[in-house]
Amino acid sequence: MVDKIPILKMGRYLLLSIQVDMHDQLAMDLQEDLTEQIVRHSAKGVLIDISSLEIVDSFIGRMLSHIANVSRILDAKVIVVGMQPAVAITLVELGLSLSGIATALNVEKGMRWLEKNVNDDLVAEVESDEDRDTPAETGN
Amino acid sequence: MTVAALADIFKQNESAILEQWIEIQRQAGIRSDLIDDRTMVDNSRDLLKAFIRAVTESGDDLNQPGWAPVKSLLERLSQAQSRQGFTPTETATFILSLKEPVFALLREANGELITASQLIDKLGLYSMERFLAGREVVIREQQESMLELSTPVVQLWKGVLAVPLIGSLDSNRTQVVMEALLQKIVETESDIAIIDITGVPTVDTMVAQHLLKTITAAKLMGARCIISGIRPQIAATIVHLGVELGDVVTKASLSDAFQLALKELNVRLVSANPR
Amino acid sequence: MTKTETLPLKQETDIVIIRQRVRKAAEEARLGLVSQTKIVTAASEIARNALIYGGGGECQLERTQRDGRAAVRLVVADQGQGIADLDQAMVDGYTSGGGLGLGLSGARRLVDHFSIQTAPGEGTTVELWKWK
Repeated sequence: MVDKIPILKMGRYLLLSIQVDMHDQLAMDLQEDLTEQIVRHSAKGVLIDISSLEIVDSFIGRMLSHIANVSRILDAKVIVVGMQPAVAITLVELGLSLSGIATALNVEKGMRWLEKNVNDDLVAEVESDEDRDTPAETGN
Repeated sequence: MTVAALADIFKQNESAILEQWIEIQRQAGIRSDLIDDRTMVDNSRDLLKAFIRAVTESGDDLNQPGWAPVKSLLERLSQAQSRQGFTPTETATFILSLKEPVFALLREANGELITASQLIDKLGLYSMERFLAGREVVIREQQESMLELSTPVVQLWKGVLAVPLIGSLDSNRTQVVMEALLQKIVETESDIAIIDITGVPTVDTMVAQHLLKTITAAKLMGARCIISGIRPQIAATIVHLGVELGDVVTKASLSDAFQLALKELNVRLVSANPR
Repeated sequence: MTKTETLPLKQETDIVIIRQRVRKAAEEARLGLVSQTKIVTAASEIARNALIYGGGGECQLERTQRDGRAAVRLVVADQGQGIADLDQAMVDGYTSGGGLGLGLSGARRLVDHFSIQTAPGEGTTVELWKWK
């Protein structure tokens, strides 16, 4: 029986890998632990690796949704990576679309997504003369 | 004549029955292209031995456990022959030709033939059932591989896959498409999948649901889908049915979809001709 | 040839065991990976429902045959309050994302045969089959 799921810090992101069968207590501990660490480290992104999960049922689905929602309120983006094809097909049939949660094929792509989507805190920039009259563009 | 008496007669004349039975099969002409004499002799000997033991132990009720060895032997033979290309008649003849030596023996012993006849008929029917079951398996396997062959997933570019759907999209097909697509996404680490429905004749609510399922599954694997090949009538139907495509991008042609995919991946195509 | 095993469903760790046993049975029945995943997930949903809403109970896992193919049959029975409005419970809990609705209707889509017997005060029994 695993006591808790380790959460790794990598720069301004948190990484965790779910490799064991989750049960109520473990899920609750994880959510508490993660929330506390997001605040403590001012983490801006969370990457959850589920490549070891051979089964994702509605319990895990609810847990992931919950984590994503709470993290959003704490201004951290969440991305779930590594879903196995059989799991994806089953989830879709089950009726769980995990809409509202970003997903990527693997850790590498997940990190790239975080880099692209996590906004830096406002940094004061000194405007140079050439820049002054450049019109504002709508960002991506 | 009781079954027990029948069993006794069989037991006492086992080798004579075997010899005659083999000879009858040879005269009927065994399929020398599919089976050799040696095998036919071995099959016959094994079956006769098991048959006699079964009649002795369990009478003429095929549901008795004593008949299990005979049935499994027949099942194995019939299904193998079904796959190998024997005709149903050839398979049935194997068992039914046992009647001739058995009847000859019974006539000599002044016994009645009906019990033995019915017993052998039951076995004949059983072997036909197993033969047909073997055919069903072959048909199903062929259907499945046809389904797989008609669902190719191709890589158009690094990171871009295309799934040209031809024919109607039922739930079986959808399963095959999803498996093939997701597998390819994993193999190629693709970010975009273009699902082309030019070849799909009608799009009703069910088909739309199947498409959405496939798109959602791809999204869970981190790949975005573009639907292409939407004919005007299909577009009208989709609107009419109130199908929610959400944020799925649709393009009229595969070519438009491909261009969009390249743009999303920041790929620019540059002419090779110098200015 | 049929093999049956009885699995208790009294606490959460039992759900993990049920998943493992169902997985093993599905593997032995030579079901494809997606089919295996579906039946194990369905088992997980139904077992969890039985534990949380039905107060726990018992599972019967059977390796058997259907349509000439090897099949897995799982019966999950609880002695809870039963489901008062079965039709309502079977409605897709698609958007609600949780609770009884999603578990039952979702699990039904995952398996090849699904049947449920329930009545207020008489507990609930769900039967799942997978052979394709």
